[in-house]
Amino acid sequence: MIRKSGLLYKSFYILQKDLHQEFRTRYAINAIFLFAITTLVVVSFSIGAAELSQNILSSLLWIIIFFSAMTGLSHVFVREEEQQTADTLKLVAPPVAIYLGKLLFNILLLLGLELILIPLYVVFMDMSVGNLPVFILMIVLGSTGVSAVATIMAAIISRTSAKGALFAVLSFPVMLPVLILSIQGTALAIQGSSISAGMDEIQMLLLFIIVIVTASILLFEFVWIL
Amino acid sequence: MKKNQSNKWLAAMKIFTFFWMIFVIIGSLYLTPEAAGFKSTSRVIFYHVPMSWVASLAFLLAAISGILYLRTKKLVYDIWAISSVEIGFLFSILATITGSLWAKVEWGAFWNWDPRETSIVVLLMIYAAYFALRSALESREQKAQISAVYSILAFITVPFLIFVVPRILFTLHPQNPVFTTQTGSIMSPKIKLIFFSSIFGFTLFYYWLLRLRVDLEKIKNNLLAKKRQDNF
Repeated sequence: MIRKSGLLYKSFYILQKDLHQEFRTRYAINAIFLFAITTLVVVSFSIGAAELSQNILSSLLWIIIFFSAMTGLSHVFVREEEQQTADTLKLVAPPVAIYLGKLLFNILLLLGLELILIPLYVVFMDMSVGNLPVFILMIVLGSTGVSAVATIMAAIISRTSAKGALFAVLSFPVMLPVLILSIQGTALAIQGSSISAGMDEIQMLLLFIIVIVTASILLFEFVWIL
Repeated sequence: MKKNQSNKWLAAMKIFTFFWMIFVIIGSLYLTPEAAGFKSTSRVIFYHVPMSWVASLAFLLAAISGILYLRTKKLVYDIWAISSVEIGFLFSILATITGSLWAKVEWGAFWNWDPRETSIVVLLMIYAAYFALRSALESREQKAQISAVYSILAFITVPFLIFVVPRILFTLHPQNPVFTTQTGSIMSPKIKLIFFSSIFGFTLFYYWLLRLRVDLEKIKNNLLAKKRQDNF
């Protein structure tokens, strides 16, 4: 059971609030979906009928995911600043609950995007996935890592004066290990390798997610309350 | 009174560092033999490696200052952090340039995305982003606090990069030349002496620069505070 006063309950409450707010305007959803699909069409169109290796297929997929994340995932925090609801939010919930709620929202948003994007990618790029369970695992882990970095960076940039321009600049170097590991892991999955071949990537991704989420929980209050 | 004393020490250290570095430069060019396997280009280690060492030291100090700032909220730690990052950035650029010149001679190209080259590019990107972040924050406290958070987050990804980057690329960079024993140590005692003297000299040089930069930042802060007072 989840206690009503507990941290998890509050986090889910924040998540629910963000989902409500998102579906009212659909700002982040529109931005991220349209961006991802436009990029996919551009990539697919410019490549034409060329035969691509697994490494390039997986790199292109993760480039699309990375830039889509950079267009949509900062919205959870930037919205609070722009609509000047941040101060009220500071009063009603503890910082950790807010961070976790918004992290869950970003993970859901990115996974929701991939639910549409990846089938389209498979169709447009004429890709066959060798080992589907491993492929899904890599996508889920990679997206969680991308969202984890993006969420704390979104909190940071929402406090600055140049909100849009800084997001990718700040996120990319910190996100680079996730991107490299996901690209490698996904390429292995497309080739059809078994899960034991991708164990290194899975372990490192999990480790990275744990480290960055823990650090974010510890550091979030310094960004949020000032 | 205490300030005067420390200024005297700093002045003495400056002169000492000057003569020490002259000794290192002469030693590196005239007193040392060429390292086995490399020609005269091996002399770059007397500059390139200490520069990288100073850069790592500076970024480590910046991350520690960031943690101390978040714990104590004393502005002096932020002054140490920004000063250290600026000097670290300068030394990273110098290490990149010296490394790249050496790569042109030994590997045949200025740049070929060797893992070491990749990781220093990521490092430069991280700290360039740090400067961009600071300039986009408005109040003094925000600058200090949020950039401290970013430098800690950036610093904890470094171990991952060290593990991940060599997996995609194969390195030609000489590994740990000081303690290599496979080929009967490429470093003779003479080279070792000058090498460690150079590291010591560069560390002193870094400390001197850091103190100057910290003092400058303090003066700047005092003037800004005074200006604000006058305006009210």
